[in-house]
Amino acid sequence: MSTNIDVLGIHTQALALRARRAEILATNLANADTPGYQARDLDFAAVLAGQGNEGALRTTDLRHLGGADPDFDFALRYREPLQASLDHNTVDVQAERAAFVDNAMRYQASLTFLNGRIRGLISALRGD
Amino acid sequence: MSLFNIFSIAGSALNAESLRLNTTASNMANANSAASSSGATYRAREPVFEALLADPFAANGEAEVGVKVAGIVESQAPLRHEYQPGSPLADADGYVYLPNVNVVEEMANMISASRSYQTNVEVMETSKRMLQQTLALGQ
Repeated sequence: MSTNIDVLGIHTQALALRARRAEILATNLANADTPGYQARDLDFAAVLAGQGNEGALRTTDLRHLGGADPDFDFALRYREPLQASLDHNTVDVQAERAAFVDNAMRYQASLTFLNGRIRGLISALRGD
Repeated sequence: MSLFNIFSIAGSALNAESLRLNTTASNMANANSAASSSGATYRAREPVFEALLADPFAANGEAEVGVKVAGIVESQAPLRHEYQPGSPLADADGYVYLPNVNVVEEMANMISASRSYQTNVEVMETSKRMLQQTLALGQ
């Protein structure tokens, strides 16, 4: 039997990462009028790749230590401004909103996949 | 869970933007409050925003706190000086001092603040939906 972690696949990590990205984009939007604020974003692909392979410690036995909680902040990057502004603020509200909505939709997609997996598991357990 | 932090982040922005709307309203209301000396004249006020950034050494997901109002500054623009000898507030030469409020600028500020406020309300709305769907996971 496979370990219980593998059943839900990469979507659990993807959800955590999407939530973190939503938080960062919300910070950007909150600081849309702050002079000198530099907009930031997560390099999503890089983080998820790190999560799958070298990022988290692998546990193949119950006595293994799992390591600390994954910290995604190593992939935080400053956004390249589309239009320079006089007060050095690099938040482009339209772009941030688009990214926020896109992120929310992908979060929902991961949730849908997870729901499908869970439903499949439940029907397998019930056997009806 | 970091989705809950979004409420405090967007909430701080709502606070800041509503304070900005407040100063705009007070500036507009006092646009024509005359005074008899330059010291007693109302001066346009505006808030200065400051980002509260994550501490890179803090625990994950704990340090994003949004925006705060660092202070409220008075505009240094010159006051208006009008000749109104009939006014009870006129000085010895017949001049009154009027605030340095630029009404056009204030209107633009008001629209910007109200748009930013709306954006943050929508951010909260979206996060709320994401959380509700997460809570309903597996049901």
